[in-house]
Amino acid sequence: MELLAFGKTGWGDELFYATLMTIAVSVTAMLIGFLFALIFTPLKLSKYKSLNLIGNFYTTVIRGVPELLVIYLFFFGGSGAIMFVASMFGYYEYIEINAFITGSFAIGIISGAYSTEVFRGAIQSIDKGQFEAAKVLGVKKHIKFYKIILPQMLRLAIPNLSNVWQITLKDTSLISVTGLVEIMRQSYIAAGSTRDPLFFYSFAAVLYLLLTFISMKLINRLEIKYSRGF
Amino acid sequence: MDLELMINSFPKLLNATVVTLKLLSLSLLFGLFIGLLFAIMRMNNNFIINKFAYGYSYLFRGTPLLVQIFIIYFGFGQIEFIRSSFLWVVLKEPYWCAIIAFALNTGAYTSEILRSAFQTIKKGYVEAGKSLGISSKIIFYKIQIPIAIRQSLPAYGNEIILMLKGTSLASTVTLMDLTGVAKYIISTTFKPIEVFIVAGSIYLFMTFLIHNFIKFLERKYNY
Repeated sequence: MELLAFGKTGWGDELFYATLMTIAVSVTAMLIGFLFALIFTPLKLSKYKSLNLIGNFYTTVIRGVPELLVIYLFFFGGSGAIMFVASMFGYYEYIEINAFITGSFAIGIISGAYSTEVFRGAIQSIDKGQFEAAKVLGVKKHIKFYKIILPQMLRLAIPNLSNVWQITLKDTSLISVTGLVEIMRQSYIAAGSTRDPLFFYSFAAVLYLLLTFISMKLINRLEIKYSRGF
Repeated sequence: MDLELMINSFPKLLNATVVTLKLLSLSLLFGLFIGLLFAIMRMNNNFIINKFAYGYSYLFRGTPLLVQIFIIYFGFGQIEFIRSSFLWVVLKEPYWCAIIAFALNTGAYTSEILRSAFQTIKKGYVEAGKSLGISSKIIFYKIQIPIAIRQSLPAYGNEIILMLKGTSLASTVTLMDLTGVAKYIISTTFKPIEVFIVAGSIYLFMTFLIHNFIKFLERKYNY
């Protein structure tokens, strides 16, 4: 137990901050994922074949390639890509991007592919009559989306989005390979310096279980809220 | 774009694919047994057995696979009891540690897939079997299991693909699988995009094959 003490003698405070880091990365990645889903869902649902192709390419590639490989691509290629863009503007110094940004971006792209599929499925399962009724009543386009389609879509999407959240949360453990100090990395450091890997990795497992358990409880509440009237 | 590097790294990556496929097939094989065992335990009426199986699947589905590998590879070596027993022969090898972790992980997911498949079997099938005087053991093996397997094919296909991606974590415990070799080439040549395209295509090709194989099985066992 003294291994978990707060302060200089134990690893309690370090692990606490590492847990906060895991939450921060997961939330950022999830939001970046939503941004990607916002771009690619319309592409997948578009009437045009070429736009469909782009949308399908994104979701197929990302969901068919291991997360770790995507993370390595961003970790080793991220600063190179940014330096290439910077060199076009005449800036040739070495740029290092921070591990938090690379990590959340990599996980965000992965989570975005799953979110895209969820949104696509949710929109497609809304009754066609709803779109037609809105049209007949002369509802404006953006009001139709925000007041009619979105609320119905969220109800259908929330259970699946909660799965995406769980996947994202667990995927953040892979960012530890880039050196970002989240739960896994901190446990690795602690295990190395105390020579007690069993304890620290088991504790990491407990932390992840707690995170998944608490988020499940919160999402269940949301689900109840959005399924009112059904 | 460095085409030469892509062509040169292809045979190396293809060699590493063999390791990935070995890891995948062994863990799926063991995982299927574990999954079936725990699915049957989940349907048991005994409270303790039922809750134990539930706890198992909750534990393995609620934590990242990376943690599970690290506990087995780094953690178990610390216990004196394991170090001095015959288990150490297996647990000191990263290869077997990875397979054990993968099998336990996919076993947890498989048990959920099979459980829901068993639960969706119509009561009428079992009752029909009973009324024909077939023993409950044979009903289970000849009626319930084949139907459950057919029911769970789509979900299990997804699980195989997830596991294929999961085997990439073997590279974190020093194994040179497809991702491990890809990372090695990236870190020596600093050409991440080229290597990503080659290694990614190999993974995509395997996903494609698995996907179509499952589709084929689904059509074949359609009823």
